[in-house]
Amino acid sequence: MSEKKVILSPLPGVFYRKPSPDQPDYVQEGDMVKSGDIVGLIEVMKNFYEVKVEEDGVIDRFSVENETIVDVDQELVVLR
Amino acid sequence: MSHFKKVLIANRGEIARRIIRTCKRLSISTVAVYSEADAASLFVKEADEAVLIGPAPVKKSYLDLEAIIQAAKQTGADAVHPGYGFLAENGTFAERCAEEGITFIGPTASVIRLMGDKIAARKQMKAAGIQIVPGVDGALRSIDEAKQVANEIGYPVMLKASAGGGGIGMQIVHSDQELEKAFESTAQRAGSYFGDDTLFLEKYISSPRHIEVQIAGDVHGNVVHLWERECSIQRRNQKIIEEAPSPFLDPVAREALCAAAVKGAESIGYTNVGTMEFIVDEQGQYYFLEMNTRIQVEHPVTEEISAIDLVEWQLKIAANLPIDRGAIPSNPSGHAIECRVYAEDARTFMPSPGKIDALVVPVEARLEFAVTEGDQVTPFYDPMIGKIITHGASRAEAIEKMKQALQQCIVGGIKNNLPLLASIMDDSAFQAGTYNTKFVETLLKG
Repeated sequence: MSEKKVILSPLPGVFYRKPSPDQPDYVQEGDMVKSGDIVGLIEVMKNFYEVKVEEDGVIDRFSVENETIVDVDQELVVLR
Repeated sequence: MSHFKKVLIANRGEIARRIIRTCKRLSISTVAVYSEADAASLFVKEADEAVLIGPAPVKKSYLDLEAIIQAAKQTGADAVHPGYGFLAENGTFAERCAEEGITFIGPTASVIRLMGDKIAARKQMKAAGIQIVPGVDGALRSIDEAKQVANEIGYPVMLKASAGGGGIGMQIVHSDQELEKAFESTAQRAGSYFGDDTLFLEKYISSPRHIEVQIAGDVHGNVVHLWERECSIQRRNQKIIEEAPSPFLDPVAREALCAAAVKGAESIGYTNVGTMEFIVDEQGQYYFLEMNTRIQVEHPVTEEISAIDLVEWQLKIAANLPIDRGAIPSNPSGHAIECRVYAEDARTFMPSPGKIDALVVPVEARLEFAVTEGDQVTPFYDPMIGKIITHGASRAEAIEKMKQALQQCIVGGIKNNLPLLASIMDDSAFQAGTYNTKFVETLLKG
């Protein structure tokens, strides 16, 4: 039994699940991810910051949709 | 004066306020357009009318050209001033304004498109007899072609996105191996950021200075320059401090550079104010980099040394009035410096949105601020919250005034780059004027 882990937004901004509008999502629910994998981007003041996984796991669900405005420390992804 | 009765400003923040100020002085009514995130902003309050054009994200507001055209028609604006960024260099926007019988305050759509395509711009300037940085003349079709060109001109080379600008979409490459990696990633980034993944490459200049020339052209065929601005103090390839004149140029070099800028602008029949950007190497050789077909963030330093209101010139030129050559002084007057105040960490440059709970501004400086105390700096737009400009009889005096201004300035509640700006003013290399575009990087390492 592994406990759930969450990824929080490091910054306030806009959350994107894909590197650009015409590209596929970085990861899907159910995907295995390793520490350092990118799961999304936060756009803040014209800069993009990668949101990375800190511990290996499986993407359980996304807490916010693509292009959602998020706050600092808002939950983005739940891992299992 | 200008024949415009009402000007819509298709921008936000400090430049919207700057344009409103000149319009007020010339008795022209102003219309602001704003996103939901900017509803409480100063520029919205200061305009005579304001139209909400959409939610916070730029694509749904400041880049929504039809929403802006609609706002102009609805308010009966006879001209649109695009400011800088957003739609300022968008040929389609200029064209749409014309179709609706609204004057776009800037050059023609075809000139915007020509200079917006960095490859076409280089070809144009080369044909006009202006030196460009050695590199490939056209778009790179493959990684093999890129390698061949890189080996011909010699590493290191700079790989660039044709549609890029503001330092976005470029990468220094030192070897074939690095080029292989960078080629794909740069194309990908360019594709996602600009919708165009065309790349070109050019020789990388190791101790470059970034010097630009302010030019203006009118529909009567006059093209003039208002000297240069030194813009080598940059972080993340974006300017933070600019000054005029450049401490690097002697009068002979200044005249040659300004003459080249005028020649380049003449070659394309440029109308309105614009900026020819050059890279200047250690030997003083200058190369055309790109042209910005709009007002620049750093235009105030030129205004300070020329006593010319560049926004007023933009309005007059757009109204088909001739440039008043008699208004241009025979020599630049003194020295001016601009510092950009950013809502970001002074060392890491990490953006820092939030509420400005205290703002104390310097008393003896020209201020171009977007915000006031109590304002919220949102995460949606550029981190620049304002600019401080000082003018002195000499460069040393302008620096001294800037030091005092920075000491007096307090921005509370958010991180800001005032400490970095102050340490640059105290730096001996800056004071000696012997810096290049690597200055900030070197300063932070030391």
